[in-house]
Amino acid sequence: MLEKLFLNHYEAAAVILSGIGLTNLLLQRNLIKKIIGLNIMDTAVYLFLAAKGYVEGRAAPILLENGAGGWLRSSALYVNPVPAGLVLTGIVVSVSVTAFALALTLKVYEAYGTLNIDEALLKMTQEQEEIESEIENAEEKVLV
Amino acid sequence: MIDTFAFNIPFASIFIMMISAILTPILPKKNRFPEKFSCYAIGTVAILSAYLLYSLSNSGQSLSFNFAMGHFPAPWGNELRAGPLEAVLSLVFCVAMLLSLTGNFDSTAEDIPTNRRQIFCVLVNLLMASLLALTYTNDLFTAYVFIEINTIAACAIVAVKESPETARAALRYLIMSLVGSGLVMISICLLYGLTGHLLMQNMHGAIQVLVTTKNYLLPLTVSLALITVGLAIKSALYPFAFWLPDAHGSSTNSSSAILSGLVLKGHIFILIKVFYRVFGLDVIHLLKMDTVIFILGVSAMVMGSVHAMKQNNIKKMIAWSSVAQVGYIFLGVGLNTVAGVAAACLHIIIHACVKPMLFTAAGGLSSVAGHKKGLHELMGTFYINRWAGMGLITGACSMMGIPAFAGFASKLSLTLSSFESRFMFWALAALATSSVLNALYYVPAVIVVLTHNKKTVSSSMGEYQPSKLYKFSMFVFLILNFYLGLFCVPLLRLITRGVNVL
Amino acid sequence: MNEELKIIWRRFFDWVMGNGPRPENEVIPPEAPPDLPFTRKPKDKYSRFHEPTLRERYNNWLELHGLHIFAILYSAMSILVCVVIVSLLLVTVAELPPFGHERNPANNEVIRRYVEHGGFETGAQNIVAGLILDYRAFDTFGESAVLFTAAVSVLMLLSASRSKNNLSGGGGKRFHSFSHDDAILRNVASLSIPIILMLGCTVVINGHLSPGGGFSGGAILSAALILCANAYGFDHVHSFLNERTFIFSSSTALMIYAMSKGYSFYTGANQIHSIIPKGTIGNILSGGLILPLNICVGLIVACTLYGFYALFSEGEI
Repeated sequence: MLEKLFLNHYEAAAVILSGIGLTNLLLQRNLIKKIIGLNIMDTAVYLFLAAKGYVEGRAAPILLENGAGGWLRSSALYVNPVPAGLVLTGIVVSVSVTAFALALTLKVYEAYGTLNIDEALLKMTQEQEEIESEIENAEEKVLV
Repeated sequence: MIDTFAFNIPFASIFIMMISAILTPILPKKNRFPEKFSCYAIGTVAILSAYLLYSLSNSGQSLSFNFAMGHFPAPWGNELRAGPLEAVLSLVFCVAMLLSLTGNFDSTAEDIPTNRRQIFCVLVNLLMASLLALTYTNDLFTAYVFIEINTIAACAIVAVKESPETARAALRYLIMSLVGSGLVMISICLLYGLTGHLLMQNMHGAIQVLVTTKNYLLPLTVSLALITVGLAIKSALYPFAFWLPDAHGSSTNSSSAILSGLVLKGHIFILIKVFYRVFGLDVIHLLKMDTVIFILGVSAMVMGSVHAMKQNNIKKMIAWSSVAQVGYIFLGVGLNTVAGVAAACLHIIIHACVKPMLFTAAGGLSSVAGHKKGLHELMGTFYINRWAGMGLITGACSMMGIPAFAGFASKLSLTLSSFESRFMFWALAALATSSVLNALYYVPAVIVVLTHNKKTVSSSMGEYQPSKLYKFSMFVFLILNFYLGLFCVPLLRLITRGVNVL
Repeated sequence: MNEELKIIWRRFFDWVMGNGPRPENEVIPPEAPPDLPFTRKPKDKYSRFHEPTLRERYNNWLELHGLHIFAILYSAMSILVCVVIVSLLLVTVAELPPFGHERNPANNEVIRRYVEHGGFETGAQNIVAGLILDYRAFDTFGESAVLFTAAVSVLMLLSASRSKNNLSGGGGKRFHSFSHDDAILRNVASLSIPIILMLGCTVVINGHLSPGGGFSGGAILSAALILCANAYGFDHVHSFLNERTFIFSSSTALMIYAMSKGYSFYTGANQIHSIIPKGTIGNILSGGLILPLNICVGLIVACTLYGFYALFSEGEI
């Protein structure tokens, strides 16, 4: 198995990276670190796709001239172009998602003054309790 | 054969929604014009889908067709695919979206300032376009791209109401969704590496070859597990559903209705497509994924209701009830028979019609009670806003599965389809338990709403009059509910035909 | 609960038990307050002879060490989750087709057609450009829509905070620590901005001939805009790119994209002859729709990325 892993070392590295990214995304409490985890995971997926597209000894998929005014278009010359297209889509998606997540983080920070989601939750419940107790006080006053 | 007009409808409906989304930001803001524009666009697409459904059900032999996006045939270019099931779903999605927008037309105006409302319309249009694309697509990578549009737009319509709580809920929703889409992406990459295709039916062929030659079984299992978990997170299957109540409970009413009724369903339908068009029933059974889905579905049915019972906020209660209802759908998928999936699709449709009604009704009731959402604060509101009260009662009866209401039809078909399955006992036990549990939280809500409360009633009796649009939407919701409850057999037959050609 | 509910419950009870109707104005005897555990008088916790119960000791211990224990548990769980996921995926990877081998399943007839006929079917020398903007153009359209969605959502979230005075107090601008009179920055910027702009345009326009295209070229163009904003101040950029022009240009570019691709999808699916010429492969005016699409995409990307920067740093475009 190790031999095979060594053969697929790009994929193995990509998979390790994506595991690290996923764990960060799930288990970090700091929002910025979570978003960094997301980016690590995305990058790992690009590495994986790029490795899938590579074929040993072949050139990038941009047609080469054959020297006589024509084009070399044998499929034995170029690597697989599909993963390149998929990676491009993936990058754009990741940029968009990161920007949106950061904007939401900024909103949360403005509202709670913290980047830790546990603390934000704590503050929210405290605020709710305060509001409820205020309402109760007001009702008691009315009763009195 | 179907005519050229109907042939172009899948492409046209996606493009109409996209173009309306692109146009909306440059429209004038006055007079709520962007919202009306979006409603008209969605209505047009609904009419087109109805025509497509009509011509597909009259077409005789060829029940489904492929639509090449561009000049290149399928394995090279992108492709759309439409059959009866896709047509029904897109029609239901359009109708439910339209009614959730019109029903909450006034509460949207109260919750969201004008500037944001325009962007809200853009996002709703994009959401609708992505749902249609998810319904019609025949290509797994296109599905991924539109899942991402769906994710961003769905989180943004949670955050559209400005409050700290919605920002937090939206962020939590976004993070869970991103975990889900990351897993889906990894799984698509693995599948591409194994099969060399992104188109669903070519993948299916390659996977069949791999399974018969017993090659790469472990990577296949892992990629199936990853894509299932990823889509289960996005469709709020129980152990991954803790983000849902916050997101659905804190946002504005129309967002809650859209998210609960439609967004979850789009992802479930993609999962069904992955199971049936990419892997195939036998491979799913071979890799034991049906058992996993079944167990998770049963646990969702029970635990969703248990969580809903603990809630005092009516919107959060309805949101947790969505988790239980998603469990029903996954139960049907986990039965792994054509009848089971047809019942699951019927439940998708019925839930897409009932849940927006419940959210709209809850919004109407809480706006009468001074925007309070605690159950005890809604006492006697039925007598002030009778339309909303009727909606809540009908929706509750439907969710409990009382005969003649919509929910009964899908529960009946789930029960019938479980008879042929090896999980029969567990399915029946889960359905019975869950129905009782549903009643345990919906009945108190109905009783509270119906209890006469002199204080509320005398103070605002006669002052409040729901708008005509609200009454109209609620009326259509009620009609739909009874129609689905009483005359669902032709619909179920159509869905079964659709599942057979899926 | 309250009285009405109690009455309903009593009626229901009577109905179940088969009792007859109760007399009207029946006096309901007030219930005795139940002897609940928490209404009992608490023991004097602070007396000298008070021996803490096990529960109290547990609570005290939790108060002191709870957060610490929670943190340790959390990190242990993260490591566990990470190890499980990574090992599962590593086992999977070991089973995958070997890296870089030419007989892998991915190198099939689909790729052969892309490479062998791609140049003539799309007119683009860069096969990837032909792939993403002609063969699989619907995916790329979705991708631009993702960017548009994100731009609109970020605009909604961040620019609305400017109108209200929110909790951060400043209301509008988030930080402006840099000075606008930095001579070195301005001189370097005046030298490099034209070069960056030229590079960006080259990358966009040559997208179908060489590596690059709308997305990468647009990113370079947005870098020039960001540098301009930093060197000369945001007001300088505002003179030609404000919120209205931002929305207008993104929408228009995406609209052109949608319309032209819609035409090509429609003609393709209905097998109508398309009027768009493919051109000679290798020329600048070749590749059919790829060149105008690249320009549209470049415009969208440049606007959106600069928009993100401006919204995050200034709170407005």
